[in-house]
Amino acid sequence: MTQRVVVTGMGVVTALGSDLPTFWNNLLEGKSGVSQIEAFDTTDYTTKIAAEIKGFDPSLYNIDKKESRKMDRFVQFGVAASQLAIEDAKLEIGANADPERVGVIVGSGIGGLGTWEDQHTTLMEKGPRRVSPFFIPMMIANMASGQISMITGAKGPNTAAVSACATGTHSIGDSFKMIQRGDADVMICGGAEATIRPIGMAGFCAMRAMSTRNDEPEKASRPFDVDRDGFVMGEGAGVLILESLEHAQARGARIYAEVIGYGMSGDAYHMTDPDPDGAARCMKKAINDAGIEPATIQYINAHGTSTGAGDKSETTAIKKTFGDHAYKVAVSSTKSMTGHLLGAAGGVEAVILGLTLQNGTIPPTINLDNPDPECDLDYVPNKPRKADVQVALSNSFGFGGHNATIIMRKFEG
Amino acid sequence: MSDVLDRVKRIVIERLGVEEAEVTPEASFKDDLGADSLDVVELVMELEDEFDLEISDEDAEKITTVGEVVKYIQSHA
Repeated sequence: MTQRVVVTGMGVVTALGSDLPTFWNNLLEGKSGVSQIEAFDTTDYTTKIAAEIKGFDPSLYNIDKKESRKMDRFVQFGVAASQLAIEDAKLEIGANADPERVGVIVGSGIGGLGTWEDQHTTLMEKGPRRVSPFFIPMMIANMASGQISMITGAKGPNTAAVSACATGTHSIGDSFKMIQRGDADVMICGGAEATIRPIGMAGFCAMRAMSTRNDEPEKASRPFDVDRDGFVMGEGAGVLILESLEHAQARGARIYAEVIGYGMSGDAYHMTDPDPDGAARCMKKAINDAGIEPATIQYINAHGTSTGAGDKSETTAIKKTFGDHAYKVAVSSTKSMTGHLLGAAGGVEAVILGLTLQNGTIPPTINLDNPDPECDLDYVPNKPRKADVQVALSNSFGFGGHNATIIMRKFEG
Repeated sequence: MSDVLDRVKRIVIERLGVEEAEVTPEASFKDDLGADSLDVVELVMELEDEFDLEISDEDAEKITTVGEVVKYIQSHA
């Protein structure tokens, strides 16, 4: 029997806040989390801004000091968001959930880039005998999932998606399917990323992929605006607790929303340029999986990274998928406020989808002052909108041509 | 030579996140101070840097307690 799957807990660690009420209020107020980078000297970098989390302290999230030293920053974010989500869900693994039926998929687009950078510097300066024995286990992109299982005691399915900026959505979609087909009762799932490091910034600067609006950090991420000039890097994590409806109801859990559809596709096109056909096929697959009519979707949380090609391509893909309904569905890019958390983006945006369905308000696309003539949909510009959204969709697209879409519905018993 | 013990203690406390009182000469890194095999490798590296000496893998395997480390350093540094 196919299980229905619901969201019972959510956790975020972002530049816009690391508790749900603060995070949500900031989104509704249209605040930007983007600021000057403080982690390192950006003098020689064309981009000097990011949605950086200042003063992150892992000890505030039940992470032991000794253990946190052995975690890359992305793992710390992933563990912290998981702890918050578990707490939010009132999930007690071993008490109200069988440890062997609780799984984890918290992926990362890139993994422990900071650890790579530090250890490579050690290798160059001091030689191979000084490279840390923790280098490999700290750096590998699956280690957030590993550490979360160790800390929480979750012994069910455990893996990690690595599909660049689609990672978070793949992690959640794959987890949804695992519960649906009975592999687990509960999944801790989402994405974590920490790439605001010299090597990460230099790499994306070299691609000319990021905004250089360094003097106006809060206006830099402006999806669908004619003056957009690239994405703004963010960091952090977004994690959901997904649960079979049966399991959630048996333990009297609060239900935010129901996950009803998941789609995936590959562009088979280009390493970094998007192909609207791939994104459209992905959305259609999710809609078919949910068994709904496209016109029932009232809100799309867009991938919307604020790059020239990406926003146009997604707009085209939405038109290909929805036809006339494309002009009626509300579309917003919350990356205008959160920045682009790469592999964590899908996790954070799934949380936003859940909050949208629960609160009946659509968060805006900020900095949308002059829409690009080629981006002519309803992007909920600059102000949140009250709307009794019943069904909502979230898109994530990654380098490599990986596309992932999930659909959630307001929960009705 | 108590200086060596103090310096070893400081590194052990920092790396393994233990209390000073636990770091007795008899304390075993693995059994008493909660170190795993990777912790020990890292600890050895740090001691090599601190005391400017080289501890071979064979020697490192024989050293299991705080006291043994201090003795090794005193006779090799």
